[in-house]
Order: sequence, then C-alpha cells, then structure tokens
Amino acid sequence: MSDLNTVMVEKYRNDFLKEVEANVEEGKWVKMCMQCGVCSGSCPLGPFWEHPPQEVFMMIRAGKRDEILKSESMWMCTSCYNCIVRCPRELPITHIMHGLAHYAERLGLAPKQNPTRKFALMFWDNLAKAGRVNEPILGIKLYFMNGFKQGIQTALKMAPVGLGMLRTKRFNVLALLFHKGCKGKQDIHKILRKAREIELAKAAKFGG
Amino acid sequence: MADAKIGAYVCKGCGLGDRLDTQALTAIATREGKAVFAKEHDVLCSAAGVEMIRKDIEAGEIDRVVLAACSRRSKTEAFNFDTVAVSRCNLREGVIWVQADTADARAATQEMADDYVRMSCAEVKQMIPPRGNEQAERNRHLLVVGGGMSGLTAAVEASRAGYPATIVEKSGALGGWAARLWRRVPARQPYADPQDTGVAELIAEVEADPNITVYLNATTTRTTGAPGRFAADITTESGKTVTENFGAIVQASGFTPYDATRLPEFGVGKSPDVMDQLGLETLAREANGSPIKRPSDGREVRSVLFIQCAGQRSNKPGHLPYCSGHCCNTSIKQAMYFKDRNPNVDATVLYTDLRTPGNGEDFYRSGQRKGVIFTKGVASVVQPANGALKVKFQDLILNQEVSIDVDLVVLATGMVANSGVDAEAAAKQEAWKDEGAGTDGAQNAKPEAPRSQEVSILNLDYRQGPDVPQLMHGFQDSHFICFPYETRRTGIYTTGPVRRPMDIAQALEDATGAALKAIQALENAAQGRAAHPRSGDLSFPSFHRDGCTQCKRCTVECPFGAIDEDERRYPQFNEARCRRCGTCMGACPVRVIYFENYSIDTVGQQIKAVEMPDETQEKPRILVLACENDAYPALDMAAMQRIHYSAYARVIPVRCLGSVNSIWVTDALNGGYDGVMLMGCQKGDNYQCHFVKGSELAHYRMSKVYDTLEQLQLEKDRVETHEVAITDIQRAPQLIEAMAETVKRVGLSPFKF
Ligand code: SF4
Ligand code: SF4
Ligand code: SF4
Ligand code: SF4
Repeated sequence: MSDLNTVMVEKYRNDFLKEVEANVEEGKWVKMCMQCGVCSGSCPLGPFWEHPPQEVFMMIRAGKRDEILKSESMWMCTSCYNCIVRCPRELPITHIMHGLAHYAERLGLAPKQNPTRKFALMFWDNLAKAGRVNEPILGIKLYFMNGFKQGIQTALKMAPVGLGMLRTKRFNVLALLFHKGCKGKQDIHKILRKAREIELAKAAKFGG
Repeated sequence: MADAKIGAYVCKGCGLGDRLDTQALTAIATREGKAVFAKEHDVLCSAAGVEMIRKDIEAGEIDRVVLAACSRRSKTEAFNFDTVAVSRCNLREGVIWVQADTADARAATQEMADDYVRMSCAEVKQMIPPRGNEQAERNRHLLVVGGGMSGLTAAVEASRAGYPATIVEKSGALGGWAARLWRRVPARQPYADPQDTGVAELIAEVEADPNITVYLNATTTRTTGAPGRFAADITTESGKTVTENFGAIVQASGFTPYDATRLPEFGVGKSPDVMDQLGLETLAREANGSPIKRPSDGREVRSVLFIQCAGQRSNKPGHLPYCSGHCCNTSIKQAMYFKDRNPNVDATVLYTDLRTPGNGEDFYRSGQRKGVIFTKGVASVVQPANGALKVKFQDLILNQEVSIDVDLVVLATGMVANSGVDAEAAAKQEAWKDEGAGTDGAQNAKPEAPRSQEVSILNLDYRQGPDVPQLMHGFQDSHFICFPYETRRTGIYTTGPVRRPMDIAQALEDATGAALKAIQALENAAQGRAAHPRSGDLSFPSFHRDGCTQCKRCTVECPFGAIDEDERRYPQFNEARCRRCGTCMGACPVRVIYFENYSIDTVGQQIKAVEMPDETQEKPRILVLACENDAYPALDMAAMQRIHYSAYARVIPVRCLGSVNSIWVTDALNGGYDGVMLMGCQKGDNYQCHFVKGSELAHYRMSKVYDTLEQLQLEKDRVETHEVAITDIQRAPQLIEAMAETVKRVGLSPFKF
C-alpha cells in the first residue's frame, strides 16, 4: 500500500464517495447517478463485468472502497460511449471508469495482471517518451506482453499481415531502430511533469 | 301536450338530398308525425336555414321542432333554439354515413331515415320546452371547511374573484399541518433549496380580508340544502351555534398523518430518535437553523436515514396501499436540513422507487448535488443499540443484506384523508364479503376493506349520508379522468389531501380550482341550470305524486344524493343538487318520474314509432340505447369514418344507461324488436360512467330483464348490455353487427304483429 493510499483510507474511512469526488476524474458525477441501470443494460461488455457501471456507482456510495479499487470492472471499459449516449442523467460514465482505473493505479491497488492495465501502461510509456506513439515498438512489446514464447507465436501468426503492410509502405522497419519522436519532445516532457505536479499537489491537499 | 305544434325541417345538404327521398320524409313527418308542416332546405344549418326556422318559431306557428339533418353533436351553435323543444333527427351520421351508397342498400337506407323521422316526431310530441327552476336563488357566499393551506387558498381565491367566504376551522389556529413545517419543498426556479412555507403570509391575507370570515375552534354541525341555498350550523367550542347561508361549499378538511406506531419493526416508540416526517419538522423548528440534535441525548446528528414508503404502498394489512405523493420530495427536503448546515452529516434516503412529482426531479438532483445519498433498498428492522440505531436493510442493487448505524431515523409514513363518515362503507363491506366468495378467481389480492371514520365533517342532512361519498381508500374524489374536482355531492367541492394525496404545491392549485368550481356551481344553481356533465340543462326531475308508492328506489339510487324525503315520506327532489342523469327515472318501478324533455314517454314513444315489418318481410329490428356521453359519440365518430353497420339498427341516445327504465326494454320486446342493446360506460371500481353508478345499475337491472325474457320464452341473447368507451369507434359498430348476426342465428322475434 502506498503512503497516499494509507492517508486516503484514514481520511475517508466512512465516505468513499467523497474520496472519489475529490480525486477521481469526473468523480463528482458519481453521486448524480439515479440507479436506473440504463448504462449497465447498454454496455456491450456489461455481462462480463464483475460489477457493471450502475453497480460500481452504488458500491462507491455504499463505501466499498477496496472492492472497487481492486476490481477489474472499470478496466473492462472499451470507451464505446454507449452508456454516455444513453444515460438519462448524462453522467460521463466512460470518463468515470477511466478516472477510477487511473486512481486505483495511482494508489497501487489496480489488479497487477489485468491486461488492459498492462497495455495502458505500455502505451503511456511509449507515448510519453517520444511525444508520439511508435507503432512498431508498441506492437512488438504488445506481442511479448505475456512472455517470450507467446510473443514469438503471435509474431509468426501476424507475419503475413506485417509483410503486407511492408509491401504497401504502411510499415517502416527503420522506425524500430531510428525513432526520432516529435519536434517538441522536451516541451511535452515539461508539460507532463507539470501535470503530474498538479495532480500530486491536489492529492496531497486531500491527503494532508 | 295535446296541442303540440310540430315543425319538421328536412335538410338536403351534406349529401342527404342525393341519398334520401326527402320529399317522402316530409310526407311522413306531416302524415304520420302529425307535424303542422314539414319543410325541405338545401343547407339547413346555413344562416338562411336557421333564419327560416327562427321566423317560424317567432311567428308562433310551432312550439316543437324536428331537425332532420345531422347528429345532435354537430352544429349545436346554429341549431340553438331555447324557447322550444327540439329533437335532432340524425340522418347524416345515423343513416347515410353508416350505410353503403349502392342501389341494393337504397331501400333499407330510406327505411332507416323514415323511422328516424317518425321517432323524432314521436319524441318531440312528448317534450315540453324546459324552463328551469324559477325559484332558484343566488347566494354568492362560499363556505370553506378547514383552515389549512387548501382552505386558506380557496377562501383567498374566492374573495379575489369577488365572492365572500367563511372559513370554519376546527383547531384554534389557521395554517393546518403546513404551519408546523420548518420549510417547504420549493415551488420556484431553480427548485434547489427548501423555501419558506408562506403560511404566515396567507394567514395574514385572510385575516386582513374583510370578505373572509373565520371561525376557529368550530365545526359544521349540520348542513342542509342545495347549491345556491345551503345552510350550515357552525358550532364553536363554547357550544354556541350560528346558522349561515351559503351558495356552495369547499371542503378542505385535509389529512391525518398515518399512525407510525403501527410500524413497531422500525423501532417507533422504542427510541425517541425514530420519528415520522412531521416529527423531524418539529426538531427542525426547534433547532431554528442551527444543527439538528438527537432527541435522546441532545447530541448533534451526524448521520440520518430516511426510510421511504414506511407503511405505504404496501399490501400488508393495516398499511396504506397508496402512494402519498409528497414523501419523496419531503425526505429530500429534510435531508437538506442537515446537509445545508453541515455537508459532513451523512444523510441517506432509502427508497424502492423515488417519485418526485411536479418539479421534484430538479429538487432530487439538487439533493444529489448536495451529497444526499440515495440507496435503493428495503428496510426490515430498526433497533436501538449502544446509543445508535441499527438499521437492517436489503440493498436492492447490490442484492445484499446490510446493517448500518445511524443517529436518527425518519419514516415517510404518508397521509390518511379526513373524509368523515363513509355512508357506503357498510354496503361496500357486504359487497366485499360477497366478492370474497370468489366470482373471479384471477383476482386473488382482496380489495382493501373499506374504512369508516366515525366523525362527520359536514354533517349533511342528506338522506344518503352525512358526508361526501368516497372513491378509494377514503379519498373523496369522484371521476378522476373526466371530472377532476367534482364530488358526488353537487355544489360541494373537496380539495387538498382529502380529495387525493398531494403536496403543498398541488394543494394550492387544487384549492384554486375548487374555489372556481364552487363559484361555477352557485352561478349555475342561480340560473336553475345543471352542473356537469349536462351543464346548462334546464330540465329537472318531476314526479307524479299520485302514482308514487314511496318505494324509495329513486332516493337510494340517485348517485348524487339529490333526493331527500319530505315530511310525508315522498321523494323530495333537490333540483340544484341534481345532475339530470335520469337514474331516478330508470329506477322508478311505477314510472312516475320524468323530465320535461326526457321521460318514459319521450323514449317509449320513439321505440313504438318504429315501423315494425312483419315476419314475412324478414327484416329484423334492433333497438340500441346508447349513452350520450360515450357510446353515442363513438357511433357518430364511426360514421365520420364511414364505418357501416346494420340498417336494421335504430339508435336512441339516452342521458345515461342509468336512466333506462326496464319498461322500455320490455315494451320493445313485446313490440316485436328482435334484439335490444344497451351501450354504456365502464362500470365497477374503475368506473367511467359520467354519473358514477348509472352503467352499473343498468347492468343490474338488465339482469332482471332476463326473467322477462324467460317468461316470454325468448332467447337471452336478444338483450345485451355493453361497456363502450368513446374510443370504441371500431368496436361499437361491430357490436351492432354482431347483434344482427345473433338475430340471424336465433331467428326473428315471434312477437311481430
Ligand atoms: S444510466 Fe446513468 S443514471 Fe442510470 S444507472 Fe447508469 S449512470 Fe446511473
Ligand atoms: S463506454 Fe465503457 S462503460 Fe460505457 S458502455 Fe462502453 S464499455 Fe461500457
Ligand atoms: S338520479 Fe340523477 S336525475 Fe334523478 S335526482 Fe338524482 S341526479 Fe337528478
Ligand atoms: S322510485 Fe318512484 S315510486 Fe319509488 S319513491 Fe321514487 S318516485 Fe316514488
């Protein structure tokens, strides 16, 4: 458990909802849910979630902090936006899902082996470093996400696709070796550092 | 009546002239109908046509008019002759629009029209132009019983409209329950925060108004009379009684909170920290804006739970089966009492369905924004434990049993109407018992046993009971869809939570409506005219005393309590209370009740006027008695859509199926009709009958006609009673067709001459 996490537990022992409101992106919307269940009914992945969106919101209100933050649920969201389109209360449900996932990650509670989490980290890493996504590298890393053997297998399976892309100049092998990144890479890094600072300061305010 | 001077006018417009032999019709009117004259006109409803009729009337040549044209429901503006008796002979909707325009159909169509002309002449001959009650009085004074929000509003609105009002309030102060609230649910944009109740201003307005008289600690100990001439005994606590006269009455006797001690499972009585919503209002008033404290130990409340639907919307015995309509908004408001002071107080509303009428949806959102927690769940137990209240509930979303500790529990217990004595309760109780025997097995949930309140509110000196009849669950509503505001006692309007459960916003609107309806009633009474639904009708029931056997059937069956008994035990018709339904006329076994323009004879002679073809002609005749409020309009509308039905049918509109005297049916059968159909509104608990019981009574009376059928050795299928709604545009003609089929199947009546 990170320090931040211990502080949060202490501070919001009785009111997880307030914690979510203060720290989760768009978290202030959770209390506005009227429990109609339209989101859960609309979510194409809903049936596979441990707790579909409506239930996630109810659990937050019921103070089920651990269950939610350690849950795989919000990591299931594919950002299809079906729920947002349909929610009669116009809750930004997709954003809340990502906010929750992000917050759980920050607290170190997110399920470590969750593939969505792994991919998200990988993507972020790739993007943040160069200021733009390097697709070949991201692709290869993705293949090897679950170990060397499986990576090779996946790569072989995808080879015809790769060759096809090569032929049609959709895929530049050289980028694997010489990745320049974007022009204002330094500035991007500055921006990201600043954002991180703001985020931590905000968290610290609530933590303090 | 012998010298009735009938003028018949046959219209050739709207295709009537092309489809019918109008000359033959005029001939029938004069020769068989004994009209003084019969005239054809190209477009009778045109200015010229109307002028022609008017001139004839003014010249004194005629005092009865037959308009052989369109349905009585069209051109009412043009054909408005109020000094003579008028019969609208429906040739357009009733004949040419419901028959095929073919050579084959021509003869039967003409026969139909011929009969309708005969019927109209026969009817109008029996009619006397109604004059209205010449002794009608105008009393502009309004009696308002109850000095709560509804009563105060009714008085103020009446006074603003120029009608003086007298408020009789049984307690020592005005304001009712509303005066005991700390704040009310907002009635203004943005519907976000509780607002001042406004009771004080309303009371001040009433007290400053010279047009409004207030009696406190007073009750109405006796109420007699009718619209325009009510007299009420107002008795004060000291025992002093004054009698005053009123034109109309608004009863705003409000509600009593449901008795929370009937909910022991919620810890009522075991801890002072469990209370109903009014209990919390008291705490909030005591706190006067500072944090609310627990009654048990005076500590500031840190967590509060609101349990919705406590003893309401429940089928458990002793609970209220209905929703009281305000409790969800009230709980949201009360949760704000805490949240607005201190956002850190945990305020949870436990609900199964959150119902926020009016602009409550915005208020609900506002509550959510303020951090009130809404949890979908059902509480089972509240128990005091270690200085807290332990609440067990089933979370319906997470589907789990939950137990939480809170400082305070508030129960949303709802309202019970202060409606006074239910005169029909005993009768209902009987019916309820009978029904329990199980006529329809599908309905296993037994209807709620009627409650009976001991204390009368109005103490009416009416034969049918001392208070306004109740519709459901003790509420004094009458006809939710067609006549909101009306009760079953003409000139007496109930308003506010005694009529149906409601919140302050609705009560204010309701009271305004009731005041206006009361004014309308007293103005109608002053002109000797009927209230709804025959508004403006000047006819009223009379009876031949000589023939009356004092059987009291009319008195008992009048749905509006219009008939008392005089000192010699004869029925005494209070014309201003009467709605002109004719139910009494239908009830009278010796047929002595009549209206000037609607009587056993006006209809009976129509039935007899139809030319009855003999057996050899193979032309059946079907009599259709159709309620003018729903069934007849439905047939008219079917005609507008050119939906055809049997040319053998002869349709006669009736004021209400309740006015159908079984003699009409018996006479029709004896006279050779092959089938008789009654079409009226839906009966039963969810009745749609405009006169409450008419349709019900007709069904009951017709069940007796079957004995007659047996005696005559006629098939039972020849008489049918149907429930027809105004929307049954397809179905009503189908029913007639079905009867034609039935007649084909069972054969012609053996009673043809
Ligand atoms: S659709 Fe919106 S209001 Fe309904 S349950 Fe989902 S989040 Fe709540
Ligand atoms: S955006 Fe996410 S939560 Fe919403 S419907 Fe799609 S997958 Fe489900
Ligand atoms: S039964 Fe109808 S018509 Fe007869 S007195 Fe009563 S209200 Fe009037
Ligand atoms: S129903 Fe007819 S006979 Fe009976 S009391 Fe009334 S008026 Fe008289």
